[in-house]
Amino acid sequence: MVRVDGLNQGGALIEVRSLDKTYQRGSEEIHVLQGLNLDVDEGDFVAFMGPSGSGKTTLLNLLGGLDLPSAGSIVVAGDEITSMSGHKLASWRARHVGFIFQMYNLIPVLTAYQNVELPLLLTTLSKAERRRHVETALAVVDLADRMHHYPRQLSGGQEQRVAIARAVVTDPTFLLCDEPTGDLDRASAEGILDLIHQLVDKYGKTVLMVTHDPRAAERAGVILHLEKGVLVECQQCGRSGGMS
Amino acid sequence: MRFFPFIVANLFRKKTRTVLTVGSFAAALFLFALLATIDTTFTGGVEVAGADRLIVLNKTSIIQPLPISYRDRILQIPDVKHLTYAVWFGGMYQHERNFIPIMAVDTEGFRSMYTEFAIPQEQWEAFVRDREGCIVGRSTVNKYGWTLGDRIPIKGTIYPGSWEFNLRGIYDGTRAEDDTTQFWFQYPYLDERKEFFKGVVGWYVVRVVSPDADARVAAAIDERFANSAFETATESEKSFAAGFVKQVGNIRLIIVSIGSVVLFTLLLVTGSTMAMSVRERTGEFAVLKTLGFSDLTVMFLVLAESLMYAVPGACIGLTLAKIFTLQGDPTGGLLPFFYLDPERMLAGFVLALAAGIAAGIIPALLAMRLRIVEALRRV
Repeated sequence: MVRVDGLNQGGALIEVRSLDKTYQRGSEEIHVLQGLNLDVDEGDFVAFMGPSGSGKTTLLNLLGGLDLPSAGSIVVAGDEITSMSGHKLASWRARHVGFIFQMYNLIPVLTAYQNVELPLLLTTLSKAERRRHVETALAVVDLADRMHHYPRQLSGGQEQRVAIARAVVTDPTFLLCDEPTGDLDRASAEGILDLIHQLVDKYGKTVLMVTHDPRAAERAGVILHLEKGVLVECQQCGRSGGMS
Repeated sequence: MRFFPFIVANLFRKKTRTVLTVGSFAAALFLFALLATIDTTFTGGVEVAGADRLIVLNKTSIIQPLPISYRDRILQIPDVKHLTYAVWFGGMYQHERNFIPIMAVDTEGFRSMYTEFAIPQEQWEAFVRDREGCIVGRSTVNKYGWTLGDRIPIKGTIYPGSWEFNLRGIYDGTRAEDDTTQFWFQYPYLDERKEFFKGVVGWYVVRVVSPDADARVAAAIDERFANSAFETATESEKSFAAGFVKQVGNIRLIIVSIGSVVLFTLLLVTGSTMAMSVRERTGEFAVLKTLGFSDLTVMFLVLAESLMYAVPGACIGLTLAKIFTLQGDPTGGLLPFFYLDPERMLAGFVLALAAGIAAGIIPALLAMRLRIVEALRRV
């Protein structure tokens, strides 16, 4: 269940409290996020919508430990990530977060197999174990037969599937998707959304997705609207949820 | 090791650039190795010179002779253990290009003075029995394809005319740095035939009881012949060899200067390659960090990539240099030896590693400090 009032008393997978993010541009302070509260339970599929500059991607970056907030806290599975050092945060990301980008961001000189294996290089798994994990992840995204292809030999939809396999291969605590269908045609986008939905429904993954596409957002269980760094609307929220 | 395929894959991203950069390392290390070989050639004599041997020369000049009568008088000096003498002859074989370092030597003392040269006993005895006999170093013998028993015609340079010698022995060096280009024949043969400067030698070589006695014995020899018609200048063999090298010029300075320029150019080439490579892949490094690669791991990857240019380049360059030096002296016999020793190769390899790290360190630090959010915006 997703709550945005900050009144949840623990138990959520992701707990965001009074989150602020401010950038300094010259003498001007830009408040990208302001006092944001959010609780996301395990297995939730949340979509963030809003106009450009509303703070969606910034929120995703903060939740993924890619950036630090100006104020407030983020607790994920009991770990307070806003106070972690850079090195610890990198380890935490490797263990807990799967990222899916709009532009796939695969490494062009590596095959699909090698791209998916990348996060596993940071683990203590043996080569055989890594192979088993990679093959499983590629099978989940239905690309087992393309594992030795390079990104340039794949279509956009297939590249995004490889990116999804890379995101899930370590079995992370949650997935962060930044416009995962933004660079795809309608048919490919539907396929990717089906796949993400499958990860939630079949494998119980928690997914937080930023999108401009209302049809993509509708696939989520909850849609949160951001405007000027503030959550202004929550569709299909849990019964006890409400605007903070 | 698990990152190795990733690092190698990056090298093949721009094949031409990789080949050129590895080629730069190879060319630089090849040049370094050749310079080091030349340095060894010039300074090797100093390093292998006998610590307990003194050279007695005419005080006026190295080309002025000393009387043969000094032999017994030097042997009377306390702490002199052994003595031999020689005369520089020079000479050419068949053509002026084929210069050979030829010396007339003392058959009694020469062999026991230079124990670093290995000569089979029966060959030495055959040499001593034959007034026109000669012993020649392995590299010169190989160069001209001589075999034992050959009659060798030599055109004298200092002592004019045609001279003929019978090849009675071939000597080898016991160390890689030993000069195996020399040609020795009997002093009496020279003294009989020459028309001037009879009864004189070019220099004496004295072995003292211990290296500690060097200075004392050298002073005693020079004192013994002070105010005579042939005053002497005695110094240790090491000091003599060093002085000889100095006459050629400051070889080491020249080599260090050229080496430094080459190395600096290499740093610029590789540093620029690495900087370009990192700049082009800013987004990819951000993705790696997003996946959980730590700053240090990213830095390590860039440095490892830089070393992947250096290591194969160094291996290629040093191997080619070794092959080149194994072909022998490129001057056709002017150098006493031409040998690339393993220590110099190791030094070259370490130098290449250092250059690889130096070239990669700034791009590696830039990649390490890359802020993910800013870099992802550029993708």
